[in-house]
Amino acid sequence: MALQSLDIKARSATTTESPSVRKTTRVAKLIDISKCIGCKACEAACMEWNDLRDVVGVNKGEFDSPRDLSDQSWTVMRFYEEEPNGQFEWLIRKDGCLHCEDPGCLAACPAPGAIVQYANGLVDFHEEHCIGCGYCITGCPFDIPRISKKDSKAYKCTLCSDRVAVGLEPACIKACPTGALVFGSKEDMIDHADERVADLKGRGFENAGLYDPAGVGGTHVMYVLQHADRPQLYGLPIDPIISPLVSLWKGVTKPIAMLLLGLTVLGSFFHYIHVGPNETDEDEEENEAAS
Amino acid sequence: MRKVIERYSANERLNHWFTAITFVILALSGLALFHPSMYWLTNLLGGGTWTRILHPFIGVAMFLSFLVLVSRFWAHNKLTRNDARWLARWRDVLNNREEGLPEVGRFNAGQKLLFWAMLLTMLLLLISGFVIWQPYFAPVFPITLVRLAVLTHAISAFVLILGIIVHIYASLWIKGSVRAMTRGYVPSAWAKKHHAAWYRDVSGS
Repeated sequence: MALQSLDIKARSATTTESPSVRKTTRVAKLIDISKCIGCKACEAACMEWNDLRDVVGVNKGEFDSPRDLSDQSWTVMRFYEEEPNGQFEWLIRKDGCLHCEDPGCLAACPAPGAIVQYANGLVDFHEEHCIGCGYCITGCPFDIPRISKKDSKAYKCTLCSDRVAVGLEPACIKACPTGALVFGSKEDMIDHADERVADLKGRGFENAGLYDPAGVGGTHVMYVLQHADRPQLYGLPIDPIISPLVSLWKGVTKPIAMLLLGLTVLGSFFHYIHVGPNETDEDEEENEAAS
Repeated sequence: MRKVIERYSANERLNHWFTAITFVILALSGLALFHPSMYWLTNLLGGGTWTRILHPFIGVAMFLSFLVLVSRFWAHNKLTRNDARWLARWRDVLNNREEGLPEVGRFNAGQKLLFWAMLLTMLLLLISGFVIWQPYFAPVFPITLVRLAVLTHAISAFVLILGIIVHIYASLWIKGSVRAMTRGYVPSAWAKKHHAAWYRDVSGS
């Protein structure tokens, strides 16, 4: 949906500047995994605010429910049973869109305005412009967007762009009972994360740190990890970037290919003007016979 | 009286033009999703979503039609040493200086190269097209393969469109070619001038 109170910083399949005169605070959500108890209140709040109801799934002997993100589940808790330091740890990560500063989905999307990035940093899908091609999935380094089986449109966490636009915090933040989820300006969230990391280091988590991957320009959903040196323990990519295949496809290839196609048409026309048509003298045969 | 000989049978012509029509739709709808400046072309198929839905089906139709065309013209498109000699004199070809060029069979080396380029790119387009086909097939392939496929699809389509631009231009440049593919016949003088070896074969002289 169009949010009049928010300017747009980037718009999919758009080569000119987006409306961007207003100044907005860059916001971020901070997920402190060390404080998460896996209660799934955030999942429930997300469904409640966004009017989503996933189908009842199947229990596979794990706590993961729903099992995966879907058009109806924009956030899911992922439970990892790990022994990072020889001691059992239950790592619970709230998965969902990370709202990259440099979004791969937006770069890959061919439909103008189907994906926008607001001035405050949120990346939002405008499903009414979505054509269902799935290129956003191709572009995403975090495997987040899901194509609905119902309407073939792509869905993901909006970071409650509608709530944030009018000064409210996202629904998941409001529901979190432990303070594992906090929301504010990106600067404040980094400051808050620094305090949390210092606290965790004091408690023996030497490698605690902030997950705000630089390869995608940083993200507007960040994690405090007890083991930031091993994000793969939490199912997170180590140094996420937009795949070079996608960058090549959506980067230099596009303008160069269009230029070459144009030049070939122009070159053909100029060849005609320069050399002229290749005509057959259809009376040639008789002439030849005579000579 | 002018003598004419058949160059393309009615079925060959229908086959060619069915492939051509599907190609034009595919090229325009594909370019629409390739570059934002071309997105307006999605209107040809009734909007972006219809473009996404129809493009792959039309693609399969083009491939099947082209496959029949390939089986018809396969034997005439085998590259020979003569073709290399003909290609080496591309400057003479481009400047309408056909005298003394190596004799050409039913198709010249340029046409043959286009034939093989089309076969290769269409195979790549078909395979990569299936890998990125939403919502039916794309979800079953690993993401790296899908990423490779979108790139392959774009590059193959680019090469194919480039080849077809040259193909269309050549038919406008070499007078008599369009008539050969629309009406089916060419004057014998035309055949002798552009495809001397073929002319000898079909006229028996």
